[in-house]
Amino acid sequence: MSSFPEGLKYAATHEWVRVESDGSVTVGISDHAQELLGDIVFIELPKLGAIVTAKQEISVVESVKAASDIYAPVSGKIVAINDTLLDSPEIVNSSPYVDGWFCRIQPSDQAELDALLDANGYAEICE
Amino acid sequence: MTGSAANAQNPSIRTLECLQNGDEFIGRHVGPDDSDIRAMLEELHLTSLDQLIEMTVPESIALKRPLALGKPATEQQVLSRLKTMVSADKPTRSFIGLGYYDTLTPNVIARNVLENPGWYTAYTPYQPEVSQGRLETLLAFQQMILDMTGMDLANASLLDEATAAAEAMAMAKRTSQSSSETFFVDQECFPQTIDVLKTRAEAFGFSLIIGDITDLPQHDVFGAIFQYPASNGSVRDLEATIAALHAKKAIAVVAADLMSLVVLKAPGEFGADVVLGSTQRFGVPMGYGGPHAAYFATRDDYKRAVPGRIIGVSIDARGKQAFRMSLQTREQHIRREKANSNICTSQVLLANIASMYAMYHGPEGLRTIAQRIHRLTAILVNGLQSKGINTVNAQFFDTITIAVTAAQRTAILSRATAAGINLRVDLPGSLGISLDECTSAAEVASLWQVILGEQASGLTVTGIDQQICNGTAAISGIPASLQRTSTFLTHPWFNRYHSETEMLRYLKRLENKDISLTHAMIPLGSCTMKLNATAEMIPITWPEFSKPHPFVPVEQTLGYRQMIRELEEMLAEITGFDAVSMQPNSGAQGEYAGLLAIRNYLISKGQSQRNVCLIPSSAHGTNPASAQMISMKVVVVACDEHGNVDITDLRAKAEQYKDTLAALMITYPSTHGVYEEGVKEICQIVHDFGGQVYMDGANLNAQVGVARPGDIGADVSHVNLHKTFCIPHGGGGPGMGPIGVKKHLAPFLANHALVTLDGPNVGNSAVSAAPWGSASILPISWTYISLMGAAGLLKATQVAILNANYIARKLEPHFPVLYSGRNGTVAHECIIDLRPLKAASGISEEDVAKRLMDYGFHAPTMSFPVAGTLMIEPTESESKMELDRFIAAMISIRKEIARVESGELDALDNPLKHAPHTLADIMDGNWQRGYSKQEAAWPVPGLKDSKFWPSVNRIDNVYGDRNLFCACPAMDTYQ
Repeated sequence: MSSFPEGLKYAATHEWVRVESDGSVTVGISDHAQELLGDIVFIELPKLGAIVTAKQEISVVESVKAASDIYAPVSGKIVAINDTLLDSPEIVNSSPYVDGWFCRIQPSDQAELDALLDANGYAEICE
Repeated sequence: MTGSAANAQNPSIRTLECLQNGDEFIGRHVGPDDSDIRAMLEELHLTSLDQLIEMTVPESIALKRPLALGKPATEQQVLSRLKTMVSADKPTRSFIGLGYYDTLTPNVIARNVLENPGWYTAYTPYQPEVSQGRLETLLAFQQMILDMTGMDLANASLLDEATAAAEAMAMAKRTSQSSSETFFVDQECFPQTIDVLKTRAEAFGFSLIIGDITDLPQHDVFGAIFQYPASNGSVRDLEATIAALHAKKAIAVVAADLMSLVVLKAPGEFGADVVLGSTQRFGVPMGYGGPHAAYFATRDDYKRAVPGRIIGVSIDARGKQAFRMSLQTREQHIRREKANSNICTSQVLLANIASMYAMYHGPEGLRTIAQRIHRLTAILVNGLQSKGINTVNAQFFDTITIAVTAAQRTAILSRATAAGINLRVDLPGSLGISLDECTSAAEVASLWQVILGEQASGLTVTGIDQQICNGTAAISGIPASLQRTSTFLTHPWFNRYHSETEMLRYLKRLENKDISLTHAMIPLGSCTMKLNATAEMIPITWPEFSKPHPFVPVEQTLGYRQMIRELEEMLAEITGFDAVSMQPNSGAQGEYAGLLAIRNYLISKGQSQRNVCLIPSSAHGTNPASAQMISMKVVVVACDEHGNVDITDLRAKAEQYKDTLAALMITYPSTHGVYEEGVKEICQIVHDFGGQVYMDGANLNAQVGVARPGDIGADVSHVNLHKTFCIPHGGGGPGMGPIGVKKHLAPFLANHALVTLDGPNVGNSAVSAAPWGSASILPISWTYISLMGAAGLLKATQVAILNANYIARKLEPHFPVLYSGRNGTVAHECIIDLRPLKAASGISEEDVAKRLMDYGFHAPTMSFPVAGTLMIEPTESESKMELDRFIAAMISIRKEIARVESGELDALDNPLKHAPHTLADIMDGNWQRGYSKQEAAWPVPGLKDSKFWPSVNRIDNVYGDRNLFCACPAMDTYQ
């Protein structure tokens, strides 16, 4: 059974977002998404400093059987990337919500953030 | 009393015609005999094959007449006719070069690989545990390419040099940091390469600049391609040019001649980002254009952008080293329109021959060959120079260009024709000569005669050789800065098998690791693994078919081209089209060529805005990948719960995009193995909204003689000759994907820069390097159709459908069979659903696939078109006995799953999860599993007599992709 932690926001395309104290948001993929993908073997991260718009492809996750695009849940600037994933992509399988984060975005549009799903809303679409 | 009246009275006496057994081959090709067919029909509660077809094929599309293809004939008759046809083709000696060179296929490789069904009938190594033999030689192929080019990562072959160049251009765009939309092409690239680049660039929307490399600095480009050595023979130092290109963040592509790299500096050592070329001259006959393996290598930084299959090293369940295809998620079958390329079939058999050629000769043997070629060229040049003829190119490896006046040209070509010699003639004002592995001293003397006429007197090869050896010759050819200094082919695989005995045994050891059609049926859905009859294979190694250079004057190949023309006519009749293009050398290439014809037709009608391609969600991954290469926008059409195209959704989308609709790509029968009733309506809807219909021909084996794509409403369709028309799969290539088109598309078929084809508009650029694609394997399909005749082809289709329905019927009590058409029948393949069993037992489709290896079978297609299922296509060539053996294996496996479901077997410690089992398992002195060794390896009695042993245990895919290693492993880890 996948977990859907409270306090995070979710996109229907299976990304999660956590608002940090400095106003930036951390982005990763949900437990449900990593389960669907299976053993992840490679992650392509966005470029640090890149300006992205919501729903734009920012990253690619590859498992042995599938490759999946990861979309920016919100628009903004990439202010951090988790480059430990480059050598240890399996962290996303073992810790999707903590150690397996992908990047941090400094959001440019609060409304986009508000429009994301909460844990219950996301859990519903995963059923 | 007449003869027939006598027969009527005494039916045991047969006529002479009957005794002559003209249709004998049909019974050799079609597996089940009449009594088997009756028994199988009874199982289906049917009385005749015709009844089966009437029940299965929709009335609205049924072809109600026999194909106009003539009668069946015997193997002797057909081969004799073909031999007569080509015997008039005059053998000539070609020094044309341009990427094609005569070569000596080592006989031990010709007989034991090229002519050996153990090698040529295998499939693409998607099931690596039963493919370790050819995976090993493919890995060696990659290592050979890495060594020769000085690059970091190579793939396991592409279709030909020109398409490899086009792939390199596309990859340059994907990887370059430059925002330019322009690609630069060195004018010294081979003309056919430039031609294919033009086609691709136009479809992608890139602009192409073709010019002298000294002009390159003026242009802002995302990449550039150079020929090394140049097509005129020059050996140019490209280092500064490439450095300047890198300063612009552009990608440097070098198309390099593999043999020259034995003695020339590797492109990786002067900065190339991509190196590509042909491996033809490593032992693969020219074959009038193909098939041959192209190679493609790049730097580590770009490894995920590489098109095509890459072999990598992983470990098996016992921790033993094992090979597999890695990074498959980049490929079209998973990534669809986001794939790096549409390439699917590559050139495995030919790549393996090239790799074995390198192993057989080793680095020293190759040096001898390359130095001999170069020496003879140097002798040729020094001789010419001593008579006042200078070459256009100051440096050379094996090719020279000489400037000639019109009068000289006429005289030289007249002498060449008389001597049976072909030169390169496509350049105004000059002639080209390329030497090769087969060139002799006597031929150099003949070339002097041809070029110099009477002035050649006094020149001797040995005399000039002495001058070269003692350092007094005028010209050496290769500048010191471009001499190769780095070592190559140092791995033991290239240094062990130089004696024929060792090579023979090595090839046999490898062959024994792979399941091919010589072992058992390979029931891969959508792949049509039918008989590749010996008689069909024999002509491909006749010199008349294997020897010609693709650019010889057409009058030298009248017989060859008659065979091609007859095959085109046969395919046109079978498919219901008006014209056929033989140029596409794979199914995916056919899709590309077909969509291109559609696009150019629409442009000619002033409808260039039409760029939407509708593709059902069940389509092969190549479809969206091909559409993307034409810059078409892919719009997915939904499928209903029966796997059929959702006509309501199709109509809605066709209407929504009515101003921009270009095409629909549809597979028929559907990828779900069903004759969709609505197919005519589907085609009509697309036409009504201004689009064209592309029919994917992957499932044509279910249509031959019973329906025709052209009648159904398709405007264009490719024909996988390697599926329906008996070209063997070669372990993952070669293939051929000719396309048939309706009349209105015929002018938009590919033409060729060097050989003008009849039919397509003059000036149309090419899709493949050679005018007729992989011409030398076309006799296989010609022979098959000639042997079978209309009656045999119809019967093949009927029995293919019968076999699939028989399997479906027999397996249905044990596994749910998904999807069927009218009257509950399937087409030529059926899908069994393992998802309910997985939910109940944890046993997956992969476990079943691997377990089938223990029973001696190659798995059916896994998880296509529906995840968690197996798609079974038996083909007509499998006998009832073999089908029953497969069915028994599947039922036995079902019982094993039941034991897991019931808890009798542990969910993880069971013969399915541990499959396949190897001799290492049986030798395990510490066997502590919850089932016996007997159950592991001999689950059914038939295996006692004959058992195929997978050479490795289940391979760890995750390990392989996380620890990517795509070269030959060090021998200490290997043992």
